[in-house]
Amino acid sequence: MKLQTATRLGLYATLELARDPAQTLSSADLAERFGVSTHHLAKVLRTLSNAGLVQAERGASGGYRFTGNRRRVTLMDIVALFEPAPGNRAKEPGEDTAIGGALQRVLQEIDEIAEATLRSVSLETMLKRPTDR
Amino acid sequence: MVAVRPAQASDLSAISALDARLTGTSKPEYWPERLAPGLHFLVAETGKGAFAGFIAGEVRAWEFGQPPAGWVFAIQIDPKLRLKGTGSALFEALVARFKAEGVTRVRTLVDRKDHLILSFFRAQGMVAGPSLQLDMELP
Repeated sequence: MKLQTATRLGLYATLELARDPAQTLSSADLAERFGVSTHHLAKVLRTLSNAGLVQAERGASGGYRFTGNRRRVTLMDIVALFEPAPGNRAKEPGEDTAIGGALQRVLQEIDEIAEATLRSVSLETMLKRPTDR
Repeated sequence: MVAVRPAQASDLSAISALDARLTGTSKPEYWPERLAPGLHFLVAETGKGAFAGFIAGEVRAWEFGQPPAGWVFAIQIDPKLRLKGTGSALFEALVARFKAEGVTRVRTLVDRKDHLILSFFRAQGMVAGPSLQLDMELP
């Protein structure tokens, strides 16, 4: 499954901050940790902040802190902030034909399995077993 | 703290009632069959002796070509007693029995829209297995 870069960065940042909700990390700290662009990550952190998953702390030791519930927040909650919802995407040409409809049903099955998987894994579960396959 | 013990005939009415309440389907003939020798059927009780939930499973071999594995067929916890480790205690007790039978894998089937139970099994460390379940309605 291919995730957009923003989604991947959102997952990295949320999981890193959720490891220790008491820690505050700047976007530069997080960018360095994952070897990604600070500019891109700053935008992702604003989205996470608007969703209430992280909070920006001001001051000299400012940065971001995890404010969600590790047991309740799932990977899907973060993915949904950055990826278009399956039901909300624009209709592709040909979808109204019999072949297009049949193809759509297969793609929807794949989407449903992917969504069920992402929705079943909480941040707590991810952080409990970071080295598992 | 919950205690886990083998289910008895006297537990069947509580088991059947909890399952019917949570699934919307009553299966009065199914539950007594789970008490047969060789199957694993466990119940959890609170410290005060109140019925808190149950788990049912068994070791099956060579069905669908698969080597022996412990299968979890059902688990239900009283909604008022959830998030207190009852489900985990039942799962761990069942897994210990599977291990005692010599199997090294545990399997189950879950409705992919049932995110609560999917999350529970995920939190126990389970991941997608090697099989795909296929299904069709008969004309």
